[in-house]
Amino acid sequence: MSTTRTIDASPDTGDPRRARPDPARAKRPPRRTWRQALRRDWQLYSLAILPLLFFVIFRYLPMIGNVIAFRKFQPGGSVLGEEWVGLRYVKMFLNDPSFWQVFTNTVVIGVLTLLFCFPTPIVLALLINELRGRRIKRFVQSVSYLPHFLSMVVVAGLVMEMLSVDGPVNQLLRAAGNEPVAFLQEAGWFRTIYVSSEMWQTVGWGTIIYLAALTTIDEQLYEAARIDGASRWRQVWHVTLPGIRPTAVTLLILNIGTFMAVGFEKILLLYNPLTYPTADVISTYLYRMGIVSNSFSYAAAIGLFEAVIGLALVMSANLISRRTVGTSLW
Amino acid sequence: MVTVDRTRGYRVFRVVNAIILTGVVIVTLYPFVNIVARSLSDEFAIRAGKVNLVPVGFTFRTYEFVASDPTFWINYRNTLVYTVVATAIAMVMTTCYAYVLSKKHLKGRTFLIGIAVFTMFFSGGLIPNYILISSLGLKDSIWAIVLPNAVSVFNLLVMKAFFEGLPAELEEAAAIDGMSTYGILLRIVLPLSKAVLATIVLFYAVSFWNSWFAAFLYMSQNDLFPVTVYLRNLIAGATTGTSVGADATDMTVATNIKSVTMVLTVIPILVVYPFVQRYFVKGVMLGAVKG
Repeated sequence: MSTTRTIDASPDTGDPRRARPDPARAKRPPRRTWRQALRRDWQLYSLAILPLLFFVIFRYLPMIGNVIAFRKFQPGGSVLGEEWVGLRYVKMFLNDPSFWQVFTNTVVIGVLTLLFCFPTPIVLALLINELRGRRIKRFVQSVSYLPHFLSMVVVAGLVMEMLSVDGPVNQLLRAAGNEPVAFLQEAGWFRTIYVSSEMWQTVGWGTIIYLAALTTIDEQLYEAARIDGASRWRQVWHVTLPGIRPTAVTLLILNIGTFMAVGFEKILLLYNPLTYPTADVISTYLYRMGIVSNSFSYAAAIGLFEAVIGLALVMSANLISRRTVGTSLW
Repeated sequence: MVTVDRTRGYRVFRVVNAIILTGVVIVTLYPFVNIVARSLSDEFAIRAGKVNLVPVGFTFRTYEFVASDPTFWINYRNTLVYTVVATAIAMVMTTCYAYVLSKKHLKGRTFLIGIAVFTMFFSGGLIPNYILISSLGLKDSIWAIVLPNAVSVFNLLVMKAFFEGLPAELEEAAAIDGMSTYGILLRIVLPLSKAVLATIVLFYAVSFWNSWFAAFLYMSQNDLFPVTVYLRNLIAGATTGTSVGADATDMTVATNIKSVTMVLTVIPILVVYPFVQRYFVKGVMLGAVKG
């Protein structure tokens, strides 16, 4: 905000908000040209230069770099590939049975995560909200947020220790007279392990937003419901849940948007060739194809496919929620 | 809500609720206690599956062993350096951009916001990023970790929301006094924004402290790794020289060392956590208001 602006705004419009409540008029009538805007706000624009460079170089250049999905790329050669090959790599992965395997795994793990990790914070928030003592409430919250602050490497390490042959879970199994299970070596267990560790790590942190939303619900609504003779369950059903619905919908849209990118880091840390049949997802597959095996173009094609699906998912979720419940991200 | 809820059903609910939440607390804390117990236990006891919540065959030997590995300390120091440098740079970038975006009168503001927000929903992906970092010659340097993560859009939006909530009068008065935009940002806005700055510093610091994949991907030398990659290599069994004492098998020893390294990696966070937790919560709420 520079001096010029304050001066040229003050004489004719006094206090524009109070003088003209009409929103169309409240906008400054003469639209500024770029030259005027630059002269007036050049200092502000100058602050944006470095961040813009960041976005262009580290966010948008890689998007352009995706052209190698349609060009033959050779390590050490041109960054944008050597020659056009059209949809060759796209066709290649569409005809690749392992691609469809990892695609299925991605969808299954994504759906399971959504099913278990989206509603549980809501339930936990409602339960914590019912606690009476402030101290005890604080304590439960603090403890449940804690796993959120751990590095994924530590989480993976904890999972491995808990499930190791000499770990607590197997101690329990042995105490019950069962044979120990090498959980992380068995494909059948991977999804359970993934989803439950995901819940362990994210549920508590997920409650914050809901607990905040709960405090904004008008106390009078509860009073009115009580006067109408609503039981506690009915109060939760008719007052609390509708009160946090916009929050829940927003988070659902965000979750759906990241659906395809399911826990790449964690899977990379926890899986092994024995569990590939259930654990290998698109992102880990393209990591192995691209970085480990140097098939950059092929992996880029898969990555682009994943990103486009992700964008399509979040846009359609947004559209649907705007049409049905009137909440949307933009 | 302290009125008529004295029904029998409600009393039952409260008991059940207490049981469930106690369960949640126990399940959350259990792995930590277990790992600490393991880190202090004798390797034979661990291998026999005897260690659960209490150390068996109490020993500090594993801690001594881990602490005697110079690579561990080098990597620990790397984590510290990376975190400090990356957080500092990210703060400067994020503050500048958030301040610009908070000025509603600015021409082109919607476009500037759009540029940032779009990257939340669409990204170039792993492979093009890898090629970019490699061809910029950033591999095996701290910049491969710092630069690609210099702005987190979530943090940016939290800060922008906060700046928008500041009273405009102070800034206008300073502008009339002839203060430059830079001066206003440094001397008026930032001192008013200590709460949000603390929050965002913590957000960045924790994420850089915990990050491992960028270093794993772009660094190839042991003495450049952050401690998370050190730990990753341990748990993946890919590390060198894991044998404490000749009497133990490699596997159990690795288990031991893993636990100790995990404890040592987590301790700074656990120590700071109780004091800074409320800032995090505040930040998430600020972000949530904006959506």
